Amino acid sequence: MYRYDEFDHQVVRERVAEFSDQVARRLSGDLSEEQFRPLRLMNGVYLQLHAYMLRVAVPYGELTSGKMRRLAHIARVYDRGYGHFTTRQNIQFNWPKLSDIPAILRELAEVEMHAIQTSGNCIRNVTTDAFAGVAADEIEDPRPWAEVLRQWSTFHPEFTYLPRKFKIAISGGAQDRAATFFHDIGIRLVRAESGDVGFQIIVGGGMGRTPRVGRVLNGFVAKSEILSYLEAILRVYNLHGRRDNKYKARIKILVDALTLEGFRAEVDAEWDRIRGSVVEVPAEEVERIGAYFADPDWQALADNPPELAAARSRSAAFNGWVSANVMAHRVPGYAAVTVSLKPVGGIPGDATADQMDALADFADRYSLGALRVSKEQNIVLPFVRQDQLYALWQALVAEGLATANKGLISDIIACPGLDYCALANARSIPLAQMISERFSDIARQHDIGEVTLNISGCINACGHHHVGNIGILGVDKRGEESYQLVLGGDATQTAAIGDIAGPGFTAEGVVDAIETVIGVYLAQRQTGEPFIDTYRRIGLTPFKEAINAAR
Amino acid sequence: MSRQIVSANRLTDGLVVFRTAAGTWTERAEDARVYSVEEAEIEVAAASREGTVVVGVYAVDLEEQGSAPSRLRERIRATGPTVAYGPAAVISPRRAAGA
Amino acid sequence: MPLVKLTAAGIEPVETVWTRLGGEDAVPATGAVLVPLARWQAEKDSLLARADAVGVWLAAGETADSISGDLDRLTVVALDFPAFSDGRAYSTARLLRDRFGYRGELRAIGDVLLDQLIQMVRTGFDALDVKAPVSGAAVTVETIQAALSRYSLVYQVAHDPRPPVSALRRRLAAGGQA
Repeated sequence: MYRYDEFDHQVVRERVAEFSDQVARRLSGDLSEEQFRPLRLMNGVYLQLHAYMLRVAVPYGELTSGKMRRLAHIARVYDRGYGHFTTRQNIQFNWPKLSDIPAILRELAEVEMHAIQTSGNCIRNVTTDAFAGVAADEIEDPRPWAEVLRQWSTFHPEFTYLPRKFKIAISGGAQDRAATFFHDIGIRLVRAESGDVGFQIIVGGGMGRTPRVGRVLNGFVAKSEILSYLEAILRVYNLHGRRDNKYKARIKILVDALTLEGFRAEVDAEWDRIRGSVVEVPAEEVERIGAYFADPDWQALADNPPELAAARSRSAAFNGWVSANVMAHRVPGYAAVTVSLKPVGGIPGDATADQMDALADFADRYSLGALRVSKEQNIVLPFVRQDQLYALWQALVAEGLATANKGLISDIIACPGLDYCALANARSIPLAQMISERFSDIARQHDIGEVTLNISGCINACGHHHVGNIGILGVDKRGEESYQLVLGGDATQTAAIGDIAGPGFTAEGVVDAIETVIGVYLAQRQTGEPFIDTYRRIGLTPFKEAINAAR
Repeated sequence: MSRQIVSANRLTDGLVVFRTAAGTWTERAEDARVYSVEEAEIEVAAASREGTVVVGVYAVDLEEQGSAPSRLRERIRATGPTVAYGPAAVISPRRAAGA
Repeated sequence: MPLVKLTAAGIEPVETVWTRLGGEDAVPATGAVLVPLARWQAEKDSLLARADAVGVWLAAGETADSISGDLDRLTVVALDFPAFSDGRAYSTARLLRDRFGYRGELRAIGDVLLDQLIQMVRTGFDALDVKAPVSGAAVTVETIQAALSRYSLVYQVAHDPRPPVSALRRRLAAGGQA
């Protein structure tokens, strides 16, 4: 993975010094809360329902065992022994003292981490596919480009006070595992007929109160021109995006207002004047960064070694885990393993300091020291030998980290909700726990098969409810929690925003409704047909009728 | 007549605190002084001047009877997350696996 | 309220007193004035006929194009930050400098705070009308210098001549000094 050179270290050290000074000025009273708030937000410090919250960037989701151990150490020393991995591949600490944050930032800087631009109306942490560099369907590894974008967006002088936050995702797979259609800018590596690899640029996707599927702004931008193209988009947005209403300030609203064609004309006019100029990233810099993502020394191995086959036939539990949580690797004899942070009855995305340390040890032992954070709030070990999968699984079982539910109904994405969040209207975590208890039988989950279930505690949609095959939105109904059920969302390249199946459920009621929805699917599905395909074939009506009949 | 308590977050550690009769701050909601709406307004204005001690001072409505805040959000804020978290919430390996 | 100009020699306080006029304010007989765009467009000949300096200030929503035809007649263009969080003027500054080749003074006015000065200088401003913090602490040439020196490295190419980190790396790789 990428390693800082002295320049990168210097930038982060200077940022730590600046923020430490700002914290000192706040504690001494030189800065008022009104003045300090935007400054702390740009360094990922929120004041939540119970305490401060610090969001630490995990750039494009990549961690090493050393970084994971440092996160565990921070959780233990400065927080309450745990952290929360988020859908944007970051980690959040829920209980840090403001007065400790300078020390935390120094600890992070030592392992090449920071909290720069994890909030604020700036370009946020660039995200990518958790399987980047190892997925069999990948056109090219997106990580070098994610690092190019990380550096380009860090303290960009023109684009640090945008109308609203700005999220970029980049994906290299034929399968889109980075939700590129739901970002302000989505970037997909594509191969042109000529054989050249470049970028498809998608703009104006997003969730929140105005969900939009992003649209293709440009089918092919050459690698050498990517920064000028992004600067053109950002400049048009910075100048013309609405600033009078924060709910209408995202780029998707500007694209709606100008129409895609009108927006494209503005961007192209701007791009014509700056493309190929000094703003582009030099080829040797791309090469320098790319070298950090070179392949490790693979062993010459074969797929499906006899040890693996034997263990799979010996242990049904192991076999189930392999089918759900182990993904094909582009290199024979290796596998990419998802470690589920969604145990039955657990809090989606939470990991204790001990679990983080254990994961770091497993990464060292089984995955060349590498880990990833996935947007599904799980941890990925990307370089595991297939002949060591059984040993890894046994180690995970002992830590309670072997839940075999990746991509299944209990692999729930959930925001922190009203248990932690100052903006939430309803709780998300207890609902996630109830659903995973209801569907706790892992054999049943495997029978139901692939389905995504996402829960947001308010309309801001941090829990991605719009794009869950099954989505739940928490609302406040005269001081009481109420839940809305949404069906048919899809965060992949067949992107869709879910349809409202019914409002006004209690927590128990929505769990029952999900049971009903699954019943309809099981009765209607054709052989091998996953939930979303059945939904698309039969539509909302049969589900809605069954839900209403059962209410 | 509705009754209120006065709450804020402590500047240094961000934790939720409540105004006591002595004019100090406590982490225990049950030790908070109960005010009438008019009294609470005055107390919020006074406490808001303690900008190097607390952040975001405001009045919280209480239920008609008892001493609990009337809104769910405020009850959760007063007593902490409704779910066990961190090391206290570790799921046993057997249960985690859904076996 | 210190107005400073950034020159090759460093940060220089500006002695001239500038009066910023709104849409309805009468133009004073003497003294340097900053006039809003509409006033400039309606009265440019009489404004230029005055003995004292004239500049135009653009509100955050007013475009670089709207003044581009007059840039050779102007020695001062000011861009207003209605709030420090309104970043439109950064792009307007880039356009005035890089697109339209404006070489006169480009002044930041409005909610111009120490924490944003680096971005202003990087996008082409060379005069800063720095607002005093609410705490009442004094803004001096030294505090401005400290704010501008906060970061010794930059990652991007912008209007200012600072080489990005990628260029420093290239020099190092070629055996030179960063």
